[in-house]
Amino acid sequence: MRILLVILLYWAQGSASADTFELSPFCPPALRLDDAGRCTLHSQYQAYGSLYDKGVGGLKTGLPPVRDGFTPQQIDLGRLLFFDPLLSRDGSVACSSCHDPALGFSDGRARSVGVQGTPVQRSAPSLWNVAFLERLLWDGSKQTLEEQLQGPLYAPNEMGGDPQTLLTTLQDNANYRHLFATAFDDQPLALNQVYTALAAFESSLISLNSRYDLYAHGVHSALTANEKEGLNVFRSFVARCAECHTPPLFTNQQIAVLGVPEAEGRPLDPGAAATTGDASQRGGFRVPSLRNIALTAPYMHAGNFASLRETAAFYTGGRGHAVPEGEELNLHWHIWDPQLSDRELDRLVDFLMTLTDQAFLPEIPLALPSGLPPARGPGVATGGSHALNIHTAPTAQQKALP
Amino acid sequence: MTLSKTALFNLTTTLLLLAGQAFAAVHDVREGDSIQAAVEAAQPGDTILVHPGIYRETVYVDKDDITLRGVVVEGEWPNLEGDKQLNDAILYSGNGFTVEWFKITHYKGNAIMGQAGNNFSIRNNWIVDTGVYGIFPEFGENGLIENNVLSGIEDAAIYVGMCDYIDVRNNRVFENVAGIEIENSRHALVEGNIAHDNTGGILVFITPGLPIKTSYDAIVRRNTVINNNTPNFAIPGSLVSTIPAGTGIIVNSGDDVVIEDNIITGNNTAGIIVTSQDFATGVAGDPASDPNPDRVQILDNVMFNNGGDPATEVKALMLTQFSTTGPDILAYKGAAEAERESCVSRKSAYRTYGLEEWGDCTSPTVRAADAVGSAPALAGTTRDVTTKMLPEPATPRVITVDANGAKLVYQGICAGCHTYNIRMIGPPVMAIKAQYGDDATAIAQYIAAPEKKRPDFPTMPPQDHLSEDMRLEVAKYMLGLNK
Ligand code: HEC
Ligand code: HEC
Ligand code: HEC
Repeated sequence: MRILLVILLYWAQGSASADTFELSPFCPPALRLDDAGRCTLHSQYQAYGSLYDKGVGGLKTGLPPVRDGFTPQQIDLGRLLFFDPLLSRDGSVACSSCHDPALGFSDGRARSVGVQGTPVQRSAPSLWNVAFLERLLWDGSKQTLEEQLQGPLYAPNEMGGDPQTLLTTLQDNANYRHLFATAFDDQPLALNQVYTALAAFESSLISLNSRYDLYAHGVHSALTANEKEGLNVFRSFVARCAECHTPPLFTNQQIAVLGVPEAEGRPLDPGAAATTGDASQRGGFRVPSLRNIALTAPYMHAGNFASLRETAAFYTGGRGHAVPEGEELNLHWHIWDPQLSDRELDRLVDFLMTLTDQAFLPEIPLALPSGLPPARGPGVATGGSHALNIHTAPTAQQKALP
Repeated sequence: MTLSKTALFNLTTTLLLLAGQAFAAVHDVREGDSIQAAVEAAQPGDTILVHPGIYRETVYVDKDDITLRGVVVEGEWPNLEGDKQLNDAILYSGNGFTVEWFKITHYKGNAIMGQAGNNFSIRNNWIVDTGVYGIFPEFGENGLIENNVLSGIEDAAIYVGMCDYIDVRNNRVFENVAGIEIENSRHALVEGNIAHDNTGGILVFITPGLPIKTSYDAIVRRNTVINNNTPNFAIPGSLVSTIPAGTGIIVNSGDDVVIEDNIITGNNTAGIIVTSQDFATGVAGDPASDPNPDRVQILDNVMFNNGGDPATEVKALMLTQFSTTGPDILAYKGAAEAERESCVSRKSAYRTYGLEEWGDCTSPTVRAADAVGSAPALAGTTRDVTTKMLPEPATPRVITVDANGAKLVYQGICAGCHTYNIRMIGPPVMAIKAQYGDDATAIAQYIAAPEKKRPDFPTMPPQDHLSEDMRLEVAKYMLGLNK
């Protein structure tokens, strides 16, 4: 028993020490190891159904289909790759540069910045709960995580790499050779394994444990009176937020044309129309999830709304108020003029703040197989681990409120 | 005598059920009281009786099996009044919700809106000018909407959106933009309603861009759909703003719709319009949504005096047939394909447009005897279908208090702070097991109100939001972990 304990504690620290890199044989929280050695999701939401398993509805509604079933080793390898700037052309940028856990897996910028300071077209979305998304990117143009992540890996303005160089760089690294062999049954190291491992890590980022969720599961003291009022504005048919940002994920995953303004001096982003070729989708974007939304300012594809208050106020500015002259957009029918009061906007913000939950924040590696320091987002202090101190249950004080 | 385990279990369940019923309480609410306060106090199974008076509030019901019942006394109704200030009168997400005998007036959004509540009943309500919709269940399964009277709604008075297994019966809807709308829903029976003086009477629609893409299997039967000629007063940009005034029944891309035994008269544009999505313009495309109405059956319907003063678009179509009046039945193809496998009975009895490719439904001549009493199944009619609701309630959505539920709760909550072997926010399960052995009860007690134990750990947040039984199950589950 004592020996077992020692071994297990060694495992636990394995990936954190620089000289020996071992992959964790344990699934991250929210996932559980099944008999086949795969990590599968377990959430209270799985006790509920949803119409056609679409994962849209109200409070007690099941989730959309999830991407899970990776091995613990694949997930842990993905975690190291995610933070490793070795994957970029010049060793300066990793996924975590633009999707930093300390910034809600976003980067706090209006538009992201890639290798050598080159700007990216849009703002970086959070990666929490990407495991549930059937369309990725603001314009919804990618279907799988594996397909999507090749975009930033090889885009000249993001990580700037190319497949051949990436493969040789990893093959030349003894640590990675060992880790890939562990995660992929001693198969020769291949790019598909890189994609699988990154996708495995991304799909372990589960956030379904906010105070809102407690309320949804029936703990009505979890929200304050103001927050409940905000929930009712959010789901009312006046504001109509829940019609598009539908629980439990707070997205219905559809393309909607809102007529969101671009940053000063930037041309209209054609959104979905550019990739589908359907002109009626001009200015259309996939409805984003609002989970952990308080952590990922600035907002919208253009990143030009600084606060949640400003973002909520967009919806009450009047139908099409920000559409540039000469543009005829097929604005969504739920975009109208709800005339929300200042009080209602404040309550909406109160409610959106209840969607924060980082209880399952992954550990940030202290050291990487490449020997490079883990890449962090703008303004985030380097160094491993993280400040995990999220109390998801309501505090005594919150409970005392009516 | 020994009881088998199952028998014992059944006995216990029965006792529990009985106990549950015995405790079902009635809460009285009188003018000056808050209905919401009664909802907060209510337990599943309870009934809230609301006595006559004016109530200015938004009532939201996020619990299962609550009945909100108005008490009408000598013509005095309990009246939820929104003063055009409040958004919605009643919002519910709980299952098994019943709301009846309320007068609801002057809200901005909805009178009654459901989000994913199954097994609902919305009956005998009197709803006037409550904004966008009157009654709007969304994402619900197995529901009844009957005997409600609704007027003055700027979109659909009764709007069944993304639902399954719904009966809409015996309602009266008038002076709304749309009377009854079945949208992206399946298995609906719309029967015995009176829809008059709306812009459009009864609608069966597929709207593109919604997460649930289909509308099929609807029976529209024995309704009275007359004089729906009110000018369209919908908010510009809304979907129903394109409905031409003078429309009796409109099927927009819905499939497997049967229109049978209705009285459809005096609708100035057309009695029945069957159309593809081309009809509604200005909506962004959705490749996952089929724009064509397929397998529409128009059986025996009494139709006359329709099309007296058709809307401009329809007038233009009719002029190609050298007519200035609108038809009883109009099939509008637009750019889309023909309405596949659709049919009409006794086509020659009606004035029609665009039905060249429609077949004959060959419904039998219904003898008077068949129409009386409990009509037997009659081939070619829907007479044997008495309801589209489910024979048993839709599956409840509950986290069961057993090992299964405990696993979900443990993974969903506890696993964020406790892992098997690593110190996270809380101590590893291995250490807890060493400490507690198999004393699950002690853990269940501790987690309800944790006190500080270790100097180098924060205090654990209380888990008293879990019921005592669930805490015990979770504790057992924790102690049973071995990896
Ligand atoms: C230079 C900054 C940058 C880097 C590096 C970067 N991303 Fe992104 N990421 C973005 C931006 C910006 C978007 C939104 C792009 C768009 O929609 O046009 C995005 C979108 C995504 C999305 C879609 C999320 C959603 O809600 O649809 C995923 C998933 C993602 N990134 C994963 C990754 C992974 C994995 C890596 C590393 C291989 C990575 N990103 C590297 C900036 C970056
Ligand atoms: C018609 C569908 C629709 C409705 C209704 C809607 N949204 Fe959105 N929401 C979207 C889409 C699409 C985007 C992304 C738009 C863009 O970037 O151009 C978005 C973006 C957002 C964002 C920013 C997300 C991010 O990651 O930057 C917030 C916050 C938000 N919505 C809140 C709300 C609130 C609050 C309401 C109700 C007042 C609401 N939404 C109503 C579709 C909708
Ligand atoms: C937000 C983090 C957090 C969550 C969620 C959490 N715990 Fe804890 N738990 C802790 C911390 C921290 C301690 C150590 C407290 C101390 O020593 O004072 C602890 C200690 C414990 C102990 C040991 C008590 C003792 O006597 O030493 C048990 C048993 C326990 N938790 C069970 C659970 C169960 C079961 C759940 C889920 C229902 C749960 N915990 C959820 C943080 C958490």
